[in-house]
Amino acid sequence: MWSDVPSRAAISAAAALASSGATPRKVPTVDGFLKIEKLSKAYIAAKPVFADVSFTLDRGEFVCIIGHSGCGKTTILNVLAGLDTATSGNVFMDGREVAGPSLERGVVFQSHALMPWLTVRKNIAFAVKSCWPEWPAPKVNVHVEKFVAMVGLSAAIDKKPSQLSGGMKQRVGIARAFAIQPKMLLLDEPFGALDALTRGTIQDELMAIVRETQQTVFMITHDVDEAILLADRILLMSNGSETSTGYVPGGIAEVVTNPLPRQRTRASLHHLDGYYDFRNHVVDFLVTRATAH
Amino acid sequence: MFKAQTLKAAFISLMIFAVFIGAWQLATQPKEAAATAIGGDAEYAALMGKGQEKTGFPPPARVGKAFVEYLSDPFYDKGPNDKGIGIQLAHSLGRVGLGFLLACLVAIPVGFVIGMSPLLRRAFDPFIQILKPISPLAWMPLALYTLKDSDVSGIFVIFICSVWPMLINTAFGVASVKREWLNVASTLEVTPLRKAFLVILPAAAPTILTGMRISMGIAWLVIVAAEMLVGGTGIGYFVWNEWNNLSLANVIFAILVIGVVGMLLDLAFGQLQKAVTYVE
Repeated sequence: MWSDVPSRAAISAAAALASSGATPRKVPTVDGFLKIEKLSKAYIAAKPVFADVSFTLDRGEFVCIIGHSGCGKTTILNVLAGLDTATSGNVFMDGREVAGPSLERGVVFQSHALMPWLTVRKNIAFAVKSCWPEWPAPKVNVHVEKFVAMVGLSAAIDKKPSQLSGGMKQRVGIARAFAIQPKMLLLDEPFGALDALTRGTIQDELMAIVRETQQTVFMITHDVDEAILLADRILLMSNGSETSTGYVPGGIAEVVTNPLPRQRTRASLHHLDGYYDFRNHVVDFLVTRATAH
Repeated sequence: MFKAQTLKAAFISLMIFAVFIGAWQLATQPKEAAATAIGGDAEYAALMGKGQEKTGFPPPARVGKAFVEYLSDPFYDKGPNDKGIGIQLAHSLGRVGLGFLLACLVAIPVGFVIGMSPLLRRAFDPFIQILKPISPLAWMPLALYTLKDSDVSGIFVIFICSVWPMLINTAFGVASVKREWLNVASTLEVTPLRKAFLVILPAAAPTILTGMRISMGIAWLVIVAAEMLVGGTGIGYFVWNEWNNLSLANVIFAILVIGVVGMLLDLAFGQLQKAVTYVE
């Protein structure tokens, strides 16, 4: 099963890498940690939202998926999380098929999804206790405090979510996802509801944490700059559309590898060589080829 | 500013109270003119029930006297028809408490199950909709016949009137728990029991408590009527007994006590509700 034909995504990734003339950097080893094969989702059988979606994620890789609303990004993420089922196709993680939600995949939801009746500490402790039910309370507490400190919220650890700002809540959501030390992270537009300044700060934090923990990440975003800053590869997704030859379902139209050095920062990003070419390529795709509704 | 308004409101409340007592006093003043019109025959007037202050609608002072009398010795027991107000209230509260507790034990778990399963919600719906609007007292004959005990029947009536608001609110609260919290629980592989107690219950608690508060209000309304029917003990029986004694002062006293106890019960549930409410 593992030695089957290379997927479309892998080929296009390799092609993109070759053509972009990327600056030398440590390319994650290609091991197909997460494999998505011919995924499709149809609410109306004849008109699937997306079809034939295949790609792989390598261990330690940060992949963003970008596309217009309604193209099925969130559905794909939910399928990866095990919260939704695809009409056809399979998802394999680490050689095993994904069937249902699992502690191996941490999810950060767009709306932070914290329990409003619990403090930050208890929200994260809930996740930690779910992951390691046998841990004694002091051990849970130490673990919780470590991850709250990681997102810089130690001062607010005993506050309820309603007392926190939007950015702080999202940080707690990220800390909760990291605290269970999952094999990979799924982020559903985690910064969509935040203002630009807060978003920038948390992007930096997330990037630092991900680089440090070598976490594998799959993230949905609408923000091209966010994708360019964070992602090693960007999946460009098109919407399903009616054409003269009939209905064409949505899918991954192109996979582009980020040519910019991995040590990039938000502050210097737009000064890097190749930034504008890369950005224009992605924006052109969204404007001309993604067929928005 | 807020404090000033509280003071003003308290002042106006006092004014309303004073006006009410004054009007009451004026309306219930013994009519001297009527007594003299009969011709000064005091004995005749007494026979006609006129001039005798005792049988008219009691003035505020007489009701005040009843307050002092009953509240100074609330727990005396001089036989089945003469018990202190404390004992009567204890009987009523006992029935309400027991009926309400039984209702909780049934309504909350059943509401939980109905709330979790859209199928069961639909299946139960016709029964709930038909049983809910029935006056709890309509059950009384059936209860008396099958349970064969007036005390237990009273408790049953409280049970049946408390059960519906709690059941409906619990089901509604459980059904409207946010999808995202359930998703979090799923991705954390939380066991169903832990999910029920640590996610769904706290999420639905404010709605459940609202149902309990409504139920308690209804139960306290119904207990008076139920005790008038079954008799024996309780605040409702006290009202009926004093009506038979034609002691309106005591009836007014009992009415006010019912009001105060009802308010205290509601306040207690209000506090409980506050404790489980969360801000999103």
